[in-house]
Amino acid sequence: MAPALPDLKTQIGPLVLQNPVIAASGTFGYGLEFESLLDLNRLGALVVKGLSLKPMAGNPPPRIVETSGGMLNAIGLANIGLEAFLRDKLPRLRNFTVPIIVNIYGHHTDEYAELASALRGVEGIAALEVNISCPNVECGGMAFGIDPVTSARVTEKVLKNTDKPVIVKLSPNVTDIKTVARAVEGAGAQALSLINTVTGMAVDVETRKPKLANVVGGLSGPAIKPIALHMVHQVARTVTLPVIGMGGIMDARDALEFLIVGARAIQIGTASFVNPRATLEVVDGIRNYCVENGIREVGELVGSLKTETVLGKQASVSRKQRKTSNEG
Amino acid sequence: MFELLAEIASNRRVTEDTWLMALCSAKIARTANPGQFVMIRIRTGLDPFLRRPFSICGVKEDRFQVLYRVVGKGTHLMTELKEGESLPVLGPLGKGFVDREKPTDRILVGGGIGIAPLLFLSQFHGEKETRFLMGFRSARDILSPQTVMGEARACRVATDDGTQGHHGPVTDLLEETLRENAKRRMVYACGPKPMLRKVAEMTLALEIPCQVSLEARMACGLGACQGCAIKASPQSGRSYWYVCKEGPVFNAEEIDWEMI
Repeated sequence: MAPALPDLKTQIGPLVLQNPVIAASGTFGYGLEFESLLDLNRLGALVVKGLSLKPMAGNPPPRIVETSGGMLNAIGLANIGLEAFLRDKLPRLRNFTVPIIVNIYGHHTDEYAELASALRGVEGIAALEVNISCPNVECGGMAFGIDPVTSARVTEKVLKNTDKPVIVKLSPNVTDIKTVARAVEGAGAQALSLINTVTGMAVDVETRKPKLANVVGGLSGPAIKPIALHMVHQVARTVTLPVIGMGGIMDARDALEFLIVGARAIQIGTASFVNPRATLEVVDGIRNYCVENGIREVGELVGSLKTETVLGKQASVSRKQRKTSNEG
Repeated sequence: MFELLAEIASNRRVTEDTWLMALCSAKIARTANPGQFVMIRIRTGLDPFLRRPFSICGVKEDRFQVLYRVVGKGTHLMTELKEGESLPVLGPLGKGFVDREKPTDRILVGGGIGIAPLLFLSQFHGEKETRFLMGFRSARDILSPQTVMGEARACRVATDDGTQGHHGPVTDLLEETLRENAKRRMVYACGPKPMLRKVAEMTLALEIPCQVSLEARMACGLGACQGCAIKASPQSGRSYWYVCKEGPVFNAEEIDWEMI
């Protein structure tokens, strides 16, 4: 008899996912764009393109440019708006069993509240991911996410107006991401996802013009993975909330690194552009790794990072130990 | 639309800086329409990182062809690829050329590498129904249908330096052609943006329907990244179009030519 397959289930607050692989917002459209290329129902979850109350046209082109080991984007949260989403996209998404997470964005705190409220009781939405970290819009977005106080305020407003689990997506463009993570945890969020893109720019030396019309954009792809991994590690040790890690994950080994430093789930973003089936290949890769290493539940990997102690011996930092050290 | 590994059937230089690659995929070759494109991952690894979009310039049995100009690292690497190697290809993608009402006179206007989707269109409709106008920098840059498609096509050529055909832009040839009184004409154009703008101005002024194939930087080709926005004309009732999904072929009046 073949050995039992490892259990890939993971829990994000009240949400149980069949595996820890989530398609990231802004890189997977409304999921439907990928429908003919992969079985969406095999994903852990799917986060749709950042949604705002009213449709947003987005930034002028050029909006994207490839850079070393990644890409810069300044899309500007172009999206169809709440009404069209509920009318045209969500009914089609309800045909799938994959949990749908809606990424929400507002120009001011009340707009986040209004959007959360409009989605209250709407069937077919598993959770909200609150975008307080988009670097490509003038007001709102990252403006909230770089300040712990406003981050907490947005979180509270959303929580007060929703019946769904709330995940808050953090920006890496801060002095200390732990402070923001703590503030959002204190406000009552059920989970954190990080990191959003890292602000950056590129210049055409022939024309001396910025390569993005918006001048500045968000860097994603493998170039940011070490930054992301470090931040996920820091945050996972700081808060007790489940952490969803992302930033430059291209394959299963990248994903495993995030799980090992403490992420309970991971998101695949830019990789889906390069390889539309990247998400499912990561699911399969994680499963194979578990089989090869005799891991029965993927949860065993979460936070299993082995660090050198002062005595020079290998020790696995358990959740309990971490908690104790944080309190100290 | 498919995501598959396609084997390179041939990869050869056709002019000083332009190459022609044929790839094997019955699925893509049988379903592609003129004006559609593919996203090719030139090699695995991080450099180049994203796939690159290429217009399909023709199909034959279970093969499709792409024409590419060597402009950067990615296209330079493509020239080193050999017959028998395989590349990840996504396609056919986008909305190709459409006949709103069947035109009796199809005028194809191509500039440089922009003739690629028009060659496929001309292959699709056959020679009798199309008139081909092509513009190149110089005689040595001419991409002849015979070389690319292996089929001859009657065409009129213009070169910027006058080394072959008409001395001047290809839009001069279009102007001449449009002076003739004909019914149910349709212009199809692809090429550099200044050329397309001129073609659009001319056809819009004469109220001749015109379809243009545009290009833009894109990451996914699927409508997911929304990176390939181009400015829509004021009468379109929206701000931007997405080249990958709503294009790459547009009606000339849908585009804000001031912003292109």
